[in-house]
Amino acid sequence: MTMPRVVIVGAGPAGTRAALTLARYGLKPVILDEAPRQGGQIYRRPPAQGGFRRDARTLYGFEAKKAERLHRDFDEKQAAFEHRPEMLVWEIEPGRLHGYRHADNRRFSLEWEALILATGATDRVIPLPGWTKPGVYSLGGTQVALKYQGCAVGRRVAFLGSGPLLYLVAYQYAKAGGEVAGVLDTAPWSAKVAALPALAAAAPATLAKGLWYLAWLKSRRIPVVNQVRPLEVNGAERVAGIAFDTPRGSDSLVCDALAMGWGLRSESQLAELAGCRMVFDPLNRQWLPERDPDGRATGPKQIYLAGDGTGIAGADAAELAGELAALALLADRGTAVDRGRQAELRQGLARIHRFRQALETAFPYPQALAAALPNGAILCRCENVTAGELRATAQIDATELNRAKAYCRVGMGRCQGRVCGPAAAEILAAALGKPVEAVGRLRAQPPVKPIPLEPLSGEAIAEAAPPSLTFSLEGPGEENAEPRA
Amino acid sequence: MTQPQFLRLAETDRTALAYELDGEPASALAGDTIMTAILTRRGHLRMSEFGDGARAGFCLMGACQDCWVTLGDGRRVRACSTLVSAGLVVRTVPPPIAPAAPASAAGP
Repeated sequence: MTMPRVVIVGAGPAGTRAALTLARYGLKPVILDEAPRQGGQIYRRPPAQGGFRRDARTLYGFEAKKAERLHRDFDEKQAAFEHRPEMLVWEIEPGRLHGYRHADNRRFSLEWEALILATGATDRVIPLPGWTKPGVYSLGGTQVALKYQGCAVGRRVAFLGSGPLLYLVAYQYAKAGGEVAGVLDTAPWSAKVAALPALAAAAPATLAKGLWYLAWLKSRRIPVVNQVRPLEVNGAERVAGIAFDTPRGSDSLVCDALAMGWGLRSESQLAELAGCRMVFDPLNRQWLPERDPDGRATGPKQIYLAGDGTGIAGADAAELAGELAALALLADRGTAVDRGRQAELRQGLARIHRFRQALETAFPYPQALAAALPNGAILCRCENVTAGELRATAQIDATELNRAKAYCRVGMGRCQGRVCGPAAAEILAAALGKPVEAVGRLRAQPPVKPIPLEPLSGEAIAEAAPPSLTFSLEGPGEENAEPRA
Repeated sequence: MTQPQFLRLAETDRTALAYELDGEPASALAGDTIMTAILTRRGHLRMSEFGDGARAGFCLMGACQDCWVTLGDGRRVRACSTLVSAGLVVRTVPPPIAPAAPASAAGP
């Protein structure tokens, strides 16, 4: 019997559980991950070099046990799969994917028979006048600085946004000895109150943790301001403060760094390139690859989706979804899988989904805030496109995002709309007087991230049979290519 | 812009290593990203191509591409996801692009 080549993209909670599940049934998957070490973003480990010494409790707080379990399970089973770190997958074609290895600046290509995409998420941000100044960071990035490097992003950091991560990261900074200027929560009070019963019913432990962080911050006399409407980032050449409105009037905080985030957005580009059907998801307000409850993609065969890359549900859900997707893959290949375990995983995911809905009610994405970005403010930080320039395209005939992109370059830069995309959709939709789903999405383009430009001599293809794969690699590139517009 | 942006809160007893930043000798700690190495000494990573001032990165997870710096071999890398190593040459200002070969006889 020949073993199918199963490739997993992403070594976070979903990709890790998928790999371990396949290994348990005797398959030897290849895991390609962009990071140097397994763990993903939430359970990201400090670099192997340098002798970092903080323990799991310090790094991951209440989630320490889960993080340790995920790391340990992975480390103990290293021989059961092929972990290929520092590998960016930048294009997926039927039966073959293309990648780039950061470590030695080489491109590779790899055949696949079945694919599990566990590509995760990044911060969902709302641009703000002055947000390109040095010292403004995404909320998740602010956490990465501390977790991965032991650094604060500034001497005095203000936190702006909404959602559980806002309070968690502010707490982690203060606890690590950083100075927190304040927490500015944009969520309406009424929404939080309305969502309380559902949050308490669906996930009392998570709610309790959130309230605990809040109480801890208040006990340290760290200002926590509710119902904030941010106005602008103060400062000439770098962050000097944040100005905002509250129901009681205008105010500001002095700080030299600002962390901001409003939940997360899925990294769905690879699924889209692989041919998955994309559908608008009202809960996430994002176009997402469609899948069945077990993770089978709609459209292409032998593609499975798991974790936050298919809609935000968090790390616990990602572990369940990774295992469930792997079981679906096995079942589709005729392997007898544990049906009882499948039922358990489905139930677990359904429970988390109910909680996620309550969370979205408590901390709704403030689309009106995104849509109201002043005309002069930079919206797209790669191409320096202002909100006004995007709105002007609506006056010509930009009826959807890709046309607007062609006119004004919004989302055309090297991040490919990862940062400004959600806000750009809200701005264009508001300018056209349409619901956000009516303006579509920025289409995914290969390479999904910038890679060095190679000569046209072509690249080597890895043809070796599993389980011992050898990657054929091309030589170093000469200059960087930006993503195709 | 000389005031550093980042502040070390933990893990400060790692080994020091020497690298080169914009032609000057500089020191970092083993396990630092290039971003950490630069921003614990300076307030920014690079100047925006659009003349609107300095940038110091944004997402720290390889998504926004706002922290590009140039290495000694000419390669552009993300400062947030590249570790600094002993002797590494880092430039925050990319070297000028070599002029193209002159075009054949110009003029209408």
